[in-house]
Amino acid sequence: MTVPFNWSLALPEIVLSVCGLLILVIGVFQRKNASGLLCTGLAVAAFVATAVLVLGAPSGVGYRGTFVSDDFARFAKLLALTGAALSVILSLDYNGRQKVDRFEFPVLILFSTVGTMLMASSENLMTLYVGLELQSLAIYILCAFARDEVTSSEAGLKYFVLGSLASGLLLYGISLVYGFAGTMEYGGLRAALSDNAPVPAGLVIGIVFVFVGLAFKLSAAPFHMWTPDVYQGAPTSVTAFMAGAPKVAAFALLLRIMAGPFGHLAPQWQMLVELVAICTMILGALAAIPQTNIKRLMAYSSIGHMGYAMIGVAVGTEAGVRGTLVYLATYLFMTVGVFACIMAMRRNGRPLDRISDLSGLSRTHPLLALTMGIFMFSMAGVPPFSGFFGKLMVFAAAVQSGLWTLAVIGVVTSMIGLYYYWRVVKVMYFDAPEPAFDRGARPVGAVAGAMGLVTALFLLVLGPVTGAAQAAAAVLFR
Amino acid sequence: MENGLAAVGIGPFLSVGAILLVLGVFGIFLNRKNIIVMMMSIELILLSANLNLVAFSAAHGELSGQVFTLFSLTVAAAEAAIGLAIVTVYFRNRGSIQVEDVTLMKG
Repeated sequence: MTVPFNWSLALPEIVLSVCGLLILVIGVFQRKNASGLLCTGLAVAAFVATAVLVLGAPSGVGYRGTFVSDDFARFAKLLALTGAALSVILSLDYNGRQKVDRFEFPVLILFSTVGTMLMASSENLMTLYVGLELQSLAIYILCAFARDEVTSSEAGLKYFVLGSLASGLLLYGISLVYGFAGTMEYGGLRAALSDNAPVPAGLVIGIVFVFVGLAFKLSAAPFHMWTPDVYQGAPTSVTAFMAGAPKVAAFALLLRIMAGPFGHLAPQWQMLVELVAICTMILGALAAIPQTNIKRLMAYSSIGHMGYAMIGVAVGTEAGVRGTLVYLATYLFMTVGVFACIMAMRRNGRPLDRISDLSGLSRTHPLLALTMGIFMFSMAGVPPFSGFFGKLMVFAAAVQSGLWTLAVIGVVTSMIGLYYYWRVVKVMYFDAPEPAFDRGARPVGAVAGAMGLVTALFLLVLGPVTGAAQAAAAVLFR
Repeated sequence: MENGLAAVGIGPFLSVGAILLVLGVFGIFLNRKNIIVMMMSIELILLSANLNLVAFSAAHGELSGQVFTLFSLTVAAAEAAIGLAIVTVYFRNRGSIQVEDVTLMKG
């Protein structure tokens, strides 16, 4: 092999992993009650340092063709790091009040983020699998982190069983792809699949298994069963993390393998992806309507969002990939913001998660109600807010490629979505007020406010974000 | 020199792998009894993929499949450890590891 080793390409990942190990050691030697704050601060610092390294990282293929660093990977990594850093900041106050402020929490999020970064940079099916597992294993533990609560451990158990099943199917698919294509490297796969020889059935089955495994992680219908239960049961600080960064990474992976090595087989898998996207959008819209728990509502909402973002994968063009990336960027900020608002819902020291608990919020906490309202309208796709632009770009990409069905169904389900998002706003603004919430912590309010500003004023940064997404998408189609 | 794979071909290996996969998947979805059985089923799925990888690797005369198997065995060990830890925590809170009891949240 003449491929140079080029270990420096993975410098951000190496730095983040070493930081994780160091924080673990520091946490062990701290006094019990002081360790949470210190380790959280160090983890945030590690995320910021890694983000700087990612920004300055050179492009190229390293580790004998198993690891790639390019604009696409950088885009996904920056999103994942932002999501992880914000959720670590949010977790500090919530975990403290829930008495689960152990120092392993930021460390686990940190290792999970290393996994997401590896996924975004994968150039070989082996890197894909190891990155995905590193990310998932950390999240299994995080879900069961409130270990004295039966709901949390049940959420962990459910996520573990279904997540491992998905990983197993993914691994089986990888083995079939390897067997029938004869290589694991994306470049080699692309070359092997681009000649016009008939595609072996085993290979197509392998691709379907890989797709199903990733769809499980993305909570796309019909593989979404775990999502509402896990979102509801896991501590809100964990839900805030797992609704953001891992989804971005799984999408990065999906885009990379579907557009890259399997790009020439698009006619074979396009129909399947379209079907899954349609099912996911419809399910996300309809199943959310009867929900009374805000975390469950957000779970179905995130299922719906995954459906919209998947339109870009189904389209399979540069415009589609760009649309998905912009969609993910807007989704990440909205989700972190919503969960920051949900963490502020707390009365007499107990966390609340029913929608009716928000009654009359506009009179007791006008700012919180305003921020939550911005997120709700943005998620529904109402124009001046960020969610609109993401939807616009994926729908436009679908129409450009002649996939009218996807765009029409997307618009219809958005309309249905508007109904249940509006219901939350209605409860906040027009129902009789309930007693006020406990005084919120400053970091949570700051994060919610900042995300609200980003969501409301997204128009100002639309240009740069679209430019970066465009550059990232171009890499996949070179 | 007759190596095993050349003597029987790759078909039987893939068949065993597929049977293990089906057993594992059915073990998860049809088993309504015990969570430990589910974890055994997950291991079966991972092993079926490993068997495939090693068989293909031998058939192609290339090592990356076997390297992958080493990675996935490691991951499977970590996964089993985490799974058992979660089951222990769950048992402490709920006092049971019957599958029919894992229904606190629904809807």
